[in-house]
Formats: sequence, structure tokens, C-alpha cells
Amino acid sequence: MNARRARGLAGAALVAVLALAACRAPPQNPRITTLSFWAMGREGEAVRALIPAFEREHPDIRVHVDILPWKGAHQKLLTAFAGDTTPDLCQLGNTWVAELASLGALVPLDARVRRTQGIDPHDYFPGIWDTNRIDGALYGIPWYVDTRLLFYRKDLLARAGFDHPPATWAQWARQMAAIKRMVGPSGYAILLPLNEFEQLESLGLQSSQPMLRDGGRYGNFQSPGFVRALRFYDRIFREHWAPLVNNTEVPNPWTEFGKGYFAFYFSGPWNLVEFRKRLPADEQDDWATAPLPGPDGPGASLAGGSSLVIFRRSQHADAAWALITYLSRPAVQLRFYRLVGDMPPRRSTWAFPAFADDPKAQAFRVQLERARPVPKVPEWERIATQLAVVGERMAHGELTPEQAARVLDRRSDAILAKRRWVLAHRGAHGGDAP
Amino acid sequence: MRPQRLTGWLFAGPALAVMTVFFFIPVLGGLALSLTDFDPYALADWHNLRFVGLGNYLVLLERPAFWSALGNTLYFVVAGVPLTMGLALAAALLLNHRLARWQGAFRTALFAPVVTTVVAAAVVWRYLFNTRAGMINVALQAVGLQPVDWLGNPRWAMPTLILFAAWKNFGYDMVLFLAGLQAIDPFLYEAARLDGASAPRRFWHITLPMLAPTTLIVGLLTVAGYFQLFAEPYVITEGGPLQSTVSVLYLMYDDGFKWWHLGMASAIAFLLFALIYAVSFMLLRLARKRGAA
Amino acid sequence: MVLGGLIGLAGCALFPLLWMLSVSLMPPGAADTLPPPLLPQHPTLANYRVLFAQDGMGRYVFNSLLVASVTTLVSLGLNLGAGYAFAKLHFVGRERLFQLLVGALVLPAQVTMMPLFLLLKWMGLVNTYVGVMAPMLVTVFGIFIVRQYARSLPDELLEAARIDGAGEGWIFLRVVVPLIKPIMVTLAVFTFLASWNDFMWPLIILTGQEHYTLPVALAALSREHAQDTGTMMAGALVTTLPVLVLFLVLQRHYIQGLLLGSVKG
Repeated sequence: MNARRARGLAGAALVAVLALAACRAPPQNPRITTLSFWAMGREGEAVRALIPAFEREHPDIRVHVDILPWKGAHQKLLTAFAGDTTPDLCQLGNTWVAELASLGALVPLDARVRRTQGIDPHDYFPGIWDTNRIDGALYGIPWYVDTRLLFYRKDLLARAGFDHPPATWAQWARQMAAIKRMVGPSGYAILLPLNEFEQLESLGLQSSQPMLRDGGRYGNFQSPGFVRALRFYDRIFREHWAPLVNNTEVPNPWTEFGKGYFAFYFSGPWNLVEFRKRLPADEQDDWATAPLPGPDGPGASLAGGSSLVIFRRSQHADAAWALITYLSRPAVQLRFYRLVGDMPPRRSTWAFPAFADDPKAQAFRVQLERARPVPKVPEWERIATQLAVVGERMAHGELTPEQAARVLDRRSDAILAKRRWVLAHRGAHGGDAP
Repeated sequence: MRPQRLTGWLFAGPALAVMTVFFFIPVLGGLALSLTDFDPYALADWHNLRFVGLGNYLVLLERPAFWSALGNTLYFVVAGVPLTMGLALAAALLLNHRLARWQGAFRTALFAPVVTTVVAAAVVWRYLFNTRAGMINVALQAVGLQPVDWLGNPRWAMPTLILFAAWKNFGYDMVLFLAGLQAIDPFLYEAARLDGASAPRRFWHITLPMLAPTTLIVGLLTVAGYFQLFAEPYVITEGGPLQSTVSVLYLMYDDGFKWWHLGMASAIAFLLFALIYAVSFMLLRLARKRGAA
Repeated sequence: MVLGGLIGLAGCALFPLLWMLSVSLMPPGAADTLPPPLLPQHPTLANYRVLFAQDGMGRYVFNSLLVASVTTLVSLGLNLGAGYAFAKLHFVGRERLFQLLVGALVLPAQVTMMPLFLLLKWMGLVNTYVGVMAPMLVTVFGIFIVRQYARSLPDELLEAARIDGAGEGWIFLRVVVPLIKPIMVTLAVFTFLASWNDFMWPLIILTGQEHYTLPVALAALSREHAQDTGTMMAGALVTTLPVLVLFLVLQRHYIQGLLLGSVKG
């Protein structure tokens, strides 16, 4: 620590702005712990409202919430790790837990869970809890769960002659075709922003074949199941059921949904709140939610969501754990849901009438039963972005689904090359690598 | 003489020290880094760092993403530089014209985009050129033209960025051209006019040749600047649609600071440097040949 | 016709900036209606209020001001000293060093970014103001224009002062600095603008938003979903107005620097 400080000071002295370094850290009351907590997007805004009650319970802890935009969050976290500027604790997308855990950035939490009364692993959905377990150790506590399903315009579907949301891809295709016929060239049946990978990822998860093979050493995108998903995704664009746009070009999907620019929106739970907030009251009965249709019946979807994790560099792990415990209370999770609409990961929270009596939320409960995790390799995020890149090229007609699958396999194999080397290396040298 | 020697070092020393630490050492470090496979695994544990020789460079040459980024960047340079310089020259000629008035005010107005913050201007552009609600398409429709999918169509996204860059940067080149024009001896024009040379002929035979050294400098500066395309696609298109606006630097940023493959990113940076150097060198050679002929 | 051309060009140059101003003064949401209005019907500062109250713009303005000012001051000191030394003081290796510096001009800053990040990480300076400023503190351009300017100072003046027994420091501060004031202003404006407008390096080295400069903050805001057009235009205006004003006040110096810098080839 001292050597680092000396080097830092030397660097600072070199540029002769020592005065600045002095005003950077205002003197603080040593008895007060200031926790740095990173949260993302809407969750960040909502959690700020939950902090005052926590600070009243813990007068010796102050929480500073930094809000990262979701889109740049993964990069910010890696950057913080690279730059030694990680916070004390953080909201971490549970598909990223494997990555940061394998970098040695996170603290295992098993012992703390055992010591803490308020957190009972058996109260959590097992699939979600499992996404936080890497090589046998627990690195995160699920904060909320997320899965992708369909928001749809009941009235448009009815006008096109359907009184039920689709349950299979075939039905879904029929409905999209009918809606497209009805709205003509200026409207669409569904919005699938081309720079988002979660949609194709969710379709891919519905297959019984995993997307990576051999312990996450190679891509498995040429499996029949994934190729089928690619064909379906491709068809949506071939038939012009979805516009060829990025989400940057639809900066306000909620009003567009309200205007009927598209009838299906493939998205997550946070949009329950957004649609309720942003659409006028007389349009609230026009839309509903439905579980994702699968290739041959009700489909699986992404076991997403966020966990709360503590970083290894944190000097305030106990205070951070106190905050995690607080945020995991069912009553606090209910408040959180009311603020932002994120679904709780605990069964006891789902017992509140706010969930039990809300049909739009119940679709998520149904979907969560069929949620599946993505492959737990550190490279997954990078592979997933390739899903968007290759999916976009396919949507533009540059690749056939079979070619797209080949490209995806080739790229994943290249991305995973270092992992294969590290795994082989670790085997040869007695496993001291992280 | 002796004390002065020491004084010289005392005055230049601090600057040179800072320069060494924050520039020269990193340049050498970057060269070294480009020969390794530095990635997140290496960030976590140094034992995972491997020396790969020219491996990164070879991988790059086989990587479609690199070639398409290079193609996009070249497109931006090849179309953007002449457009910017043409606009700049036209503006400079107008400003320098004897019939022009309020030159100071016009020069300021034309130069204003240069000093605006790229990011801020790019944000404005992004909203102006929005396909569905942007002012540009509304204006097009008002005069009866079809709206253009400026930022959503892979064929149009790069031209939109080029328009942006020309708008943002032509004032800079204009000021240099203007200085060049003002340095031309008015007697040359007088003599040509007496010989009965028309305005286009005067432009072709006096203005352009006399402006050649300025044009070379402006060209070199603009080319080097345009090869470093980054903030525009980062803010306006985020590299899309269809990766059609991913530039070489954008790729370097993604590889380096999104995925933390610092080795690969360093290799990209050095390839870009080599490219800028080669193109500048060619331009200089070309200019010299012309000057000699 | 000349005037018409100029008016047309100037209109194109200024339209986006005026549109930014106009939309920033519209009430929230007004700019998103179709067809978009050109002028605000009821000008309001509501967007600015949102920007400063919700998005913490004040903090970013402070950061940008701090970074640009300190960079300007420090770089002024370092570049002036070096430029003067290269112009007027004889020391071993002077010409070689200067050639090396000018040669370094061909190297784009990007080749240094990856190792510089690791270096600053090692120094513990990632996500600090010092980290943002580091690569801007000394520029070859700065040393170069100061040297060009200082070379025109008569040697006799300096010799006379030395014969009078003046120390080198005193000569620099009392004789040289007053004479090269114009180039100092030029260098200061240049550095301030370059630092204020810099984007890629701050984007890399600033990992937490508490240190964000305006361009980085604005880019982050605009990449998030569903920002109101008016708010974004207000943000763009706040980001760009200070440098525009600075330029308007000191444009003579700025353009002089631009011309000086371009003759380097």
C-alpha cells in the first residue's frame, strides 16, 4: 500500500499538482464508513430512494450510489477492475458473475450467508441462486430476477383475429404475419433492436443443446437447435415483421408501442413500470404480457437479473454485507419492485399481493419457472455481443442462418482460445491460476 | 558558457521529464505490449501473459473486422478529406473576394463549428439526422423529397458522418487557405487581368499553383486527423448499423478498453500509425514530384 | 453572389448550433412532437433545471473547468520553459533533442494509450484528475510555437541583462516572459480548448462518473436510452458554450496559433 502511494505521489509531484491531490479527498469523520455502491440505470435511481432508511438503521454508514448506464456497465466494471477503482459493492448482471469471479475480483460469500439469518438460500429460485455459484463458491446474492418475454398489444392482436398470445413459434409467426398484413408497410409486428443480443440469446436458450460445448471450450452454434433459432429470427426480418433498426433509432420505444408502430415487444420486467408510467391511462388495458413461445410449446428464457457482490479490494466488506442484507429483505424488495418493477428473487416476496394479484407480473412468474442460465465462461459477454453483430448481418441478408452459425462458431472458438490455453496450463501446473 | 548549459537543462528538464514519462516510455511500452497477448487473464495474473511476437499483427491481417474497419476509415478519409478541403477552399475564396463584406464576422461564423466540442456537436447531429423525427428529414419531406434513413441504413451512415466531419472541420482548413490566399502577390492577378485572362483561368493558373504548398499542408493535417476517426461514430452511430461506421480507432478502443485485450489494441494502434505515416509520405512524394515537374 | 454564398455557408455552419440553442429552450417533450417545432413557443429553462438537478451537470462543469484550467496553467509553465530553452539557451544535445521532439509529432497519441493506462494504474492515478491531465501537460506543439516566437527575441537583450548580473530565473521572468506574452495567450487558449474538448483519453482513464468531464458525461447521457431531446441539447450547449465564448473573445490569438502550428511541416 505504501509503495503504491509513494509511486502515486511521485507521479503527482512530477506534474506539480500536489495541491490538487490534497483537495481530492476532503477530511472525513473516521468513525463513518462511506460505502461506494455501483448500481445500473433504473435500479440505481430506485435504490437511492431505499438508502435513507438503511442509513437511519446504520448511523455509522453512508452510502454513495453511482449510477452506471446499463449499456456501458460491463465495460465500466472491467475498466474499474483493470484500473483498481472497483467500488465496495456493486449490482452485477448475473451473467457476468463468472467473468469477474474468474478474474479474482470478487469475495466469496458462503461463510457470510451461513452466519446471516435473513438470507436463506432455500427461499430463492434455485436456477437464479445457481448463477452465482462458480466452481463451488458463491459470489453473489440475487437482488432481482430478470427474464425476457413478450409485451403485446391485446387490441391489435384482437383486431388481427387472435384472442390469445402465441404459445409456439408457429403460432407466433402466424400472428406476426397477420398483424403485418393489417398495419401495412409503415408498421411492424415486433421490435427486435439489432444491437441487442438478448433476444437471439433467449431464443437460443430454448434449445436443449447448450450454446458452448466441451466445458465452455468451443462454440456449439451449429447445433440443430440453435440453427433453428437462427432461422426463426432470420424469418422475422425476411418477412418484414420487424424493422431493421437499432435501439438508437427508436429512442422512445414506449410511445412507439403506444402508437402501434409494433405490436410485440420482446423485453424485460422493468418495462412493466415504464409502460404503466409512460402510456396514458386509457391505453393501459390495451397491452399485456405473455411468456415466451418456444419452438414447440411454452419456451424457456434467459435466467437474468442482477446479484449484489462485494469486491476484493473493498476495505468495508462488513458494511457492504450489511447493505446487501438490508436490500435482501422481502419488505425492501417489495418497495424496490414498486419503484422500478424488478422482480424479486425470493419466494417470500412473491407472496405479497402486489405480485399475486397482478396478471401482468404473473406472466413473469410463469416464465421464471422456465428460466435457464447462459454458459458460465468469462468470455460469454463477448460471445453474446457477437450474437448481435452476426444476427444483424443475417437480418440484413448478408448471411444465411447456416452461415451465421458457422461464423458464430468460428468467432467463439477464437474468443475462447485463451481460455483453452489457461485451462490446459492450469491442469499442467497444479491449478494455482485463478 | 558553463552555467548556461545547466540553465538550459533546468528550463527544458521538467517538460522533457514529463514528456518522457507520459509519452516516450508509453510509446516503447506500446510497441512491447503489441507483441504480447495481454488480456483480462493477464490483468488478473501476470503468469497468463504470453509473448506472441508478431502474432497480433498476423491475426489482425486475417480478421474481417479489422479489414472492414480499415475500409470504413479509408472511405471516411477518401471522401471526407476532399469534401472538407473543397468546402474550405470555396469558403476561403469567397472570404478573400474583393466584393465580400463583413469578413471578420463571416470568418468567425464559419469557424465556429471548429471550436465546438465534438461530442456536443455529434449529439446535435444525432438528433438532427434521426430518421423518424429529425429536422433534416422533416425538411426533406417538406420540399417533397423522400426521407433518408440517415443513421439506420448502412449505406447512408458513413456519408452522414462525413457530412458531419466536413461541417465540423472545414473552418480550420479555411483559415489556412485564407492565409495562403492573402500571401499571393496581387500583382500576379493584375498582370493576368491585363493579359485578358478570365476568372476561371486566373484561378487555375495563378491561385491553385500559388496555393500548392498550403494545400499540401492542409491535406496532410486533414488526412492525419481523419484517420483518427473515433468520437463521431462513438456518439452518433455507436459503430452501427452493421458495423458500417466502426473505424480503426473504434476497433482499437473496443478491443483495448472494452474487452481489455491491450496487446491486440496496441497492435492496431501501431498499424494505424504505419498507415498514416505511409499515406503522408506518399502525399509528400507526390507533391515533390509535381513541384519538380 | 459572393455575399449570397457567404450567407449560405454561414447559415449551414451555424444552423445546428442555433437549433441546439432553440431546442434547449423548449419545454420538456416539446421537441419530440411531430413535426418538430423550429422555435420554442414558450422559452423556458426547464431542460437546464433537469440537467443540473437530476443529471448532476454542475459537477461535470466543475470537473471540466478544473481539468482545463490546471492543464493550461501547468502546461504553460512547462512549455514556456522548454520553448525558451530550445530557442535561447545552449545546452548539450539541444538540436538533437529538438529534432527528436519534432520527429515525435508523427506519432499519434493513440499508440500510447494502452501502456499509459497501465503506467497510471501502477501509479494509482486511474480515475483521477491528474490522470486525465497527464498526456496534455507537455505538447510538442506548445514547445514548438514558443520556440519559434522566442527565437525572434534579440540576444543582446539577454546578454545585457546577464552582464548586469541578473540571474537566469530573473531574466526569464522579467525580460523574456513580458516579451512573449502574445504567444502565451495563444498557447493558453489552445491548451484550454484542446483539454476541454478532449474526449478519447478522459473516456478511457475516468472510470467513475464523479470525475467525468463534460464531453464524457454528455456522451454517457446520450448513449443511455430515451433521453429527452431538449435535455440533451441543453447538455450540448452547456458543454460547448464556454469554449465558444472563449474563442470569440480571443479568436485572434487562437487563429494565430493555428497558423503557427501548421507551418511545422
